[in-house]
Amino acid sequence: MSITVKFFASLRETIGKSDASLDADNITTAADVWQIATDNHNPISNMLIAINMEYASLDETVKDGDEVAFFPPVTGG
Amino acid sequence: MSVELRGKPFDPWQVLQAYQNAKPELAGKFGATSIFVGTMRDFNDGNDVQAMTLEHYPAMTQKHLEAISSEAEQRWDLLDTLIIHRYGDIQPNDPIVLLAVWSAHRSESFPACRYLIEELKTRAPFWKQETTGTNSRWVEHNTLG
Repeated sequence: MSITVKFFASLRETIGKSDASLDADNITTAADVWQIATDNHNPISNMLIAINMEYASLDETVKDGDEVAFFPPVTGG
Repeated sequence: MSVELRGKPFDPWQVLQAYQNAKPELAGKFGATSIFVGTMRDFNDGNDVQAMTLEHYPAMTQKHLEAISSEAEQRWDLLDTLIIHRYGDIQPNDPIVLLAVWSAHRSESFPACRYLIEELKTRAPFWKQETTGTNSRWVEHNTLG
């Protein structure tokens, strides 16, 4: 399974990278994506998740080709 | 409906005038235009702020601003909506966001404009990083409306 991962804002700085490409068979949920892409970093409190640019939760299922993004609460406007 | 993300400063009043002039089909139809302009302050959370960088997730931002506009058009009887939002380096007194809603009556445009800004602030993936003195910090929450 191939997954594109993105990190934004303070999460990008905490994790130390803006994106990652995963190619692994042991991925079922967004939580699995987080664990593999961050080398098992603890999930960040208040962290938001988007799968293919729609808000999602860590336990949501991902599929081959998905783009999964992790970021802090939004502060636009 | 129009949604636009801009990397450079803009004058919301000139943009608004030009947008409306380019929509002759609106002429004579709208009796109400409700507008919100969000502008960068030079203070926040008790500190002077010299500058700000606004980061965003481009495709997701566009998608959700269009969704919010569609929702407003479904909830209220609107003739048109406009959202323009900055990203990149921003200075105090620079406009950050322009929202405009056109309708026949104010009972439609006022709540729709309020809906656009409140939904934008909780759903559109933008993040503010402020420069305060020699430090920079991420804004962690929206101010109360």
